[in-house]
Amino acid sequence: MTNEEIRSFIENAIAENEVMLFMKGTPEEPRCGFSARTAAALNALGVRYAALDILPDTRIKEELVSVSGWPTSPQLFVRGELVGGCDIVLEMYESGELAELLGVEAPAASEPPEEEAPAQPPLGIENRLG
Amino acid sequence: MPTAEQLEQRIERALPGASARVEDLTGGGDHFRAEVVSDRFAGLSRIEQHKLVYDVFSDDLGGSIHALSIKTSTPDQSPMPGRVT
Repeated sequence: MTNEEIRSFIENAIAENEVMLFMKGTPEEPRCGFSARTAAALNALGVRYAALDILPDTRIKEELVSVSGWPTSPQLFVRGELVGGCDIVLEMYESGELAELLGVEAPAASEPPEEEAPAQPPLGIENRLG
Repeated sequence: MPTAEQLEQRIERALPGASARVEDLTGGGDHFRAEVVSDRFAGLSRIEQHKLVYDVFSDDLGGSIHALSIKTSTPDQSPMPGRVT
């Protein structure tokens, strides 16, 4: 697969999924603490989202960074726009802004979400890249 | 391997007027948390604020700095305790 094809794949994933998380590993088996906590916030809100594991090919992260202008992972996009990485997502989760953005009820306690399995299985985008 | 202090200085040099507090989260010199207070964050989205801080370290992210956790605010949102401004 060429870099251009990877880039197109990423751009389509962002455009076609209302909530799109690029992360290391999967929501069921995250491979990094930041990715785990970001997925946990989405899981705790019970919102359906798509997730792509960036680890299978180093070019995925390269192209993602080039598309978004954001240098680190994970990266959360909502309705085609970059929301941020772990720090921003967790801040927004705790303030209720994330729930509002996603059109769901805010969590009862504004505590960091526990790392639990997703209520609705996220749409895992099969990673045929690389 | 940078120290937390060096990172604070780099941030404050790149963003004059900012107050930065950086913590080395593991003691290993590669995993940091930075809290930055600056009035130039006013009116910027969180992404724009964090990008300003990331830009200070653009060459190091993923290299000598494995992970950088950021918290930004303006002076009226969170005064830094114990700092002489």
